[in-house]
Amino acid sequence: MTLFLALVRQTIRAAFGQGGGAFTGLLFYFSVVATLPFAIGPDPATLSRIAPAMLWLGALLATLFGLDRLFQDDRDDGGLDLLVLSGLPLSLVVLAKSLGHLVATGVPLLLGAPLFGLMLGLDAGAIGWNVAALALGLPALTFIGAIGAALMVPLRRGGLLVAVLILPFTVPVLIFGVAAAGAETSQPMLLLSALSLAATVLGPAAGAAALAAALD
Amino acid sequence: MRLAIERLAVERGGRPLFSGLSFTLGPGELLVVEGRNGAGKSSLLRAIAGLLHPSEGTITIQSEAIAGRTAPQPEQGPAGPLCHYLGHLDALKPTLSLARNLRLWRHVEGAPDMTIETALEMVGLDGLGSLPAAWLSAGQKRRAALARLLLVRRPLWLLDEPTAALDIAGEALLGGLIVRHLSAGGVAIVATHQPLPIPASTTLMLGAPQR
Repeated sequence: MTLFLALVRQTIRAAFGQGGGAFTGLLFYFSVVATLPFAIGPDPATLSRIAPAMLWLGALLATLFGLDRLFQDDRDDGGLDLLVLSGLPLSLVVLAKSLGHLVATGVPLLLGAPLFGLMLGLDAGAIGWNVAALALGLPALTFIGAIGAALMVPLRRGGLLVAVLILPFTVPVLIFGVAAAGAETSQPMLLLSALSLAATVLGPAAGAAALAAALD
Repeated sequence: MRLAIERLAVERGGRPLFSGLSFTLGPGELLVVEGRNGAGKSSLLRAIAGLLHPSEGTITIQSEAIAGRTAPQPEQGPAGPLCHYLGHLDALKPTLSLARNLRLWRHVEGAPDMTIETALEMVGLDGLGSLPAAWLSAGQKRRAALARLLLVRRPLWLLDEPTAALDIAGEALLGGLIVRHLSAGGVAIVATHQPLPIPASTTLMLGAPQR
């Protein structure tokens, strides 16, 4: 258990360290939101109508772009071999690394989202719903993404391929996420939570299988 | 700790590296594996650790009796968390400090042995714990990887070219660490081209002799 927590901590610390990329996602998110009004036009009514969709698209891409390094760094520096021999089940290794990534990239995104919502002309109530929906949906994005990151370990230059591979599987999260942010009912929010819970269980198991297959 | 390898065969990409390899090692024994490049030295170590599936053969490990209890039954299968594996790579995160890098490995399975400060002192890196790993030289990184072997006690050491990038003093230090491990009843398998500063119990020559 202490190893699990130590691994979560180390992943967070490495992500926030120099070149770790925790804030790169946030910067990317900001760039998407900040350039949008130049493309769409400055009409506040239009902007606030598409704001939930943009907030979700930005968060989705920002989460996926950081994911390719999740296991690749450990593979490249030899740490993955040692984690396999650490005595911690591989699925818990995947869970710990994903949780660390979720905290390191998800929390900055959640902190940035209210500001970005404001930039797109959302009112306070809508911002609250959007951030709540993001908070519920980010675990699903991360754990689905972890499967892709683990699958790409044997390919030395996975890079963007992880994002492309994972993108179709994140479409349900996107649909329910945008729906939850704008809906009067709680159903999309509940479905979003269900997706996150299912991904939290399936992601580590599938990721561990992918890593085990990549070992040889 | 006893390790028995029987008729072990490993192939990489459909090409057999070696086959029919058998040996046994008892407490305090050091096996040095030699052979030309590509003979399968690293693959042998990875197969024993469980990082690579052998195509044939069995690995049997009987770990030592713990304080009065009878020794557990020998178990078939790779060493896994019973071994320390030192590969070609040093597994250091460049942005984290040396001490932070090592902190994670203090929690792995095995009986805690040394504190991070003592381990760093043992490998001659005392006072460098707060330095980011990226600032270390290749030899210092190798010493940091050696320090990791000291944090938690594991009965089997699998060292792949441990002397790479080490200076003369570093080689002597490595010899001392291996002797310490062996005298505590451990077993070590070292794949190397360099002569070690300590005598091997057995030497294994993999592959055809060099032409």
